[in-house]
Amino acid sequence: MINHQSAKQTEAVIKTENVNVYYGNFLAVAGIYLDIAKNQVTAFIGPSGCGKSTLLRCYNRLNDLIPSFKLQGAITYHNQNLYAPEIDPVQVRRRIGMVFQRPNPFPKSIYENIAFGARINGYQGDMDELVEKSLRQAALWDEVKDKLRQSGLALSGGQQQRLCIARTVAIQPDVVLMDEPCSALDPISTLKVEELIHQLKENYTIIIVTHNMQQASRVADYTAFFNVRTTEKGDRQGYLVEYDRTEKIFQNPKEEATQQYVSGRFG
Amino acid sequence: MTSLSDSSKIIKPRPVNERYLDNVFKWTAQIFALTIALVLIWITVQVAIAAVPAIKQFGLNFLFQSSWNPVKSEYGVWPAIYGTIVSSFIALLIAVPIGIGVALFLSEDYLPPSIQRIFVFLVELLAAIPSVVYGLWGIFVLIPFLKNFTPLKGPGMLPAALILALMVLPVIAAISRDAITNVPESLRQAAVGLGATRWEAILQIMLPAASSGIIGGVMLALGRALGETMAVTMLIGNSNKVSLSIFAPSNTISSLLTNQFAEASGMQVSALMYAALILFAITLVVNILAQVLVKRLQKI
Amino acid sequence: MTDATFNPETLKRNPTSPRTLFSLFMSGVAGLFMTMAIIPLFIILFYLLYKGISALNFQVLVQLPPPPMVEGGGFGNAILGTVIMVAIGTLISLPVGVMAAIYLSEFSRGQLASWTRFATNVLSGVPSIIVGVFAYGVLVLTFKTYSAWAGGFALAILMLPTIVRTTDEALQLVPQDVRQASTGLGANDYQTVLQIVLPAAIPAIITGVTLALARAAGETAPLIFTALFTQFWPNWDKLLAEPTASLAVLVYNFAIVPFKNQQELAWAASFILVLLVLLTSIISRLATSTRKY
Repeated sequence: MINHQSAKQTEAVIKTENVNVYYGNFLAVAGIYLDIAKNQVTAFIGPSGCGKSTLLRCYNRLNDLIPSFKLQGAITYHNQNLYAPEIDPVQVRRRIGMVFQRPNPFPKSIYENIAFGARINGYQGDMDELVEKSLRQAALWDEVKDKLRQSGLALSGGQQQRLCIARTVAIQPDVVLMDEPCSALDPISTLKVEELIHQLKENYTIIIVTHNMQQASRVADYTAFFNVRTTEKGDRQGYLVEYDRTEKIFQNPKEEATQQYVSGRFG
Repeated sequence: MTSLSDSSKIIKPRPVNERYLDNVFKWTAQIFALTIALVLIWITVQVAIAAVPAIKQFGLNFLFQSSWNPVKSEYGVWPAIYGTIVSSFIALLIAVPIGIGVALFLSEDYLPPSIQRIFVFLVELLAAIPSVVYGLWGIFVLIPFLKNFTPLKGPGMLPAALILALMVLPVIAAISRDAITNVPESLRQAAVGLGATRWEAILQIMLPAASSGIIGGVMLALGRALGETMAVTMLIGNSNKVSLSIFAPSNTISSLLTNQFAEASGMQVSALMYAALILFAITLVVNILAQVLVKRLQKI
Repeated sequence: MTDATFNPETLKRNPTSPRTLFSLFMSGVAGLFMTMAIIPLFIILFYLLYKGISALNFQVLVQLPPPPMVEGGGFGNAILGTVIMVAIGTLISLPVGVMAAIYLSEFSRGQLASWTRFATNVLSGVPSIIVGVFAYGVLVLTFKTYSAWAGGFALAILMLPTIVRTTDEALQLVPQDVRQASTGLGANDYQTVLQIVLPAAIPAIITGVTLALARAAGETAPLIFTALFTQFWPNWDKLLAEPTASLAVLVYNFAIVPFKNQQELAWAASFILVLLVLLTSIISRLATSTRKY
């Protein structure tokens, strides 16, 4: 089954064309076609093991850290194939930032957490200004402005995650990938991060992986539903079932499996 | 299990002697555990008591006097202290960068895991070779080799420090590697996700996060180097003179002890015990600091 | 970041950018350091093989050390002496170490255990020569003779931390369910420990003890003034209370004399010592990698 669906209304920043992801000889994610719309929030939903996080990490080549990882097909960003041999993954990650599942601030001060990325990427401007601007964008400034020199690890889980978001926006990426950013947070922190996603949308293209369907319906403009199937050899393989505007996915999906998943009768 | 014979009653109170045995067992275990700390204290007390006559006679002058003359009963360990510190310092100067380099090389993905394991094992093996074998190798291979292109004439500070470096390198490498691999992988991913290159992530994120463990490893290596005996005794030349040249023979506290103990008597034994006490005190402080730092690493 | 400013060229590799070059350079340095650490090991092993094997034969293993300038001879007495002293060391340190480890992993709570672990680590960092000085003071001075007992006592102290640590770790690896199952059947604590937990951990403990044995066999400094050395066989009639030869001290004594025959024996003895640690390390590697618990 091949789905070729795209967000037609707006311009596509990232195009995923017939992508297969292998770990060694094991085909983990198969045959993905998916275009990501500019300055929109796209949610990836689906049961565990459906490959949504794996695919997300393909967009900034973070899977390169796994030795057995192999990708077939093409992921293009502004029509440039990210997996072409002449592409420098370091430059890709600078354009396409990432927020992780568990807050992972560096064991450094709040200030240094934000300055790190800017500094390695050769930022020349006023660092204090950048730190303040990034923290404001992450709606964290008022809470931490008096303790910028304190360790980022001293913050609460929700604050840490917003610090990680601030750290990511500080390098002024084009796209922000979020891998279940709220799964380790309490409900209030979750709401704050969701609000933040709404605001960030103005400047950034966001892709968010989530387990939480309410969250997808709250924050996403587009939603991609992934599922997992067992192959003849017994391997579990992720694939894209359906991709459309979020309202469509939640209210009137084309596929039976999507309908069952979003209504909670599944997985 | 002792009461199955009269099985008419299934539940009966635990026999008194069993409870007694249980307690005896626990107490025995506890006493043996305390033995370890007692041994440490015993070593300290024993060495200190034997050193008392020398401490009374020479006081702190002992540390700064340079002559060691059993005939005239003049004793000073300054040359040995100097040699101990300098040889350990040179050894660390070499072993710290190499050890951390090895640790990084073996914690990154430069090698496939199976080959990496072999290399880790080989580095461990460096630590397993007996000190006296390093000494033998130093005498017959390293010193002749160094003579070819340095002013070295025979045993001296340089070969001793080089062998010391080789001996403490595995300590630094192993503990640094533990410290580095203990840094959560998520930190590396975060750094790489922000566009850091491999070495920007290593130098600015991974190493600082692992620093207390690495420093602990270096301290442990320092303790090892300060107290290392056989290889140093065989290679350093055992000359009780302070010389600034690394090609000149020198002495360390441990080589002083090795050379003199077996034939010493009277005040000389006490003076040697005093020297041993100094070495013990230095290594104890270094070791305790190292343990505290490494322990902090385990808590992260 | 608008499309107008986006230039796909910025995504491309730039092999001459300082960042790329620096990373490449540092990887090279790390690889170089790795090589620098490993090469001496191979050189040492090569020399041991080359010089050790050529000097090794059956008579070397059973004869007494030769006087200077005399050909032939061996170090049978040193092998026996090393075996005796390591055995004495094991007999003392094994029960103490295992019981201490049982206390640490089974019965201890809180402060005392963490202090004991701390003391164990500190003890393992005490220079072996200090342990030798200590054993000299305790046994040699008291009984006015060098002896295999003093040597064994010193080795026991050096082995103790390793035995405690490996046993402690081995016991902690035994799953908690096993203990609960035993206690649930009404076993007393000592029965649980001695009949269930300890046997389950035995393979790992044996591995650790063997490693400690091999290391102890190579210890030299503590034997130099506790057991000293002798040209003769261990004296059973005097209950070993005499200077006793050992392989390690033999290497030291024969390395610093100018006689070729002695030097060759030193190489042969070194070869045996290294073979011992090499074999035990490899075996323990294999044993721990296939450990069930």
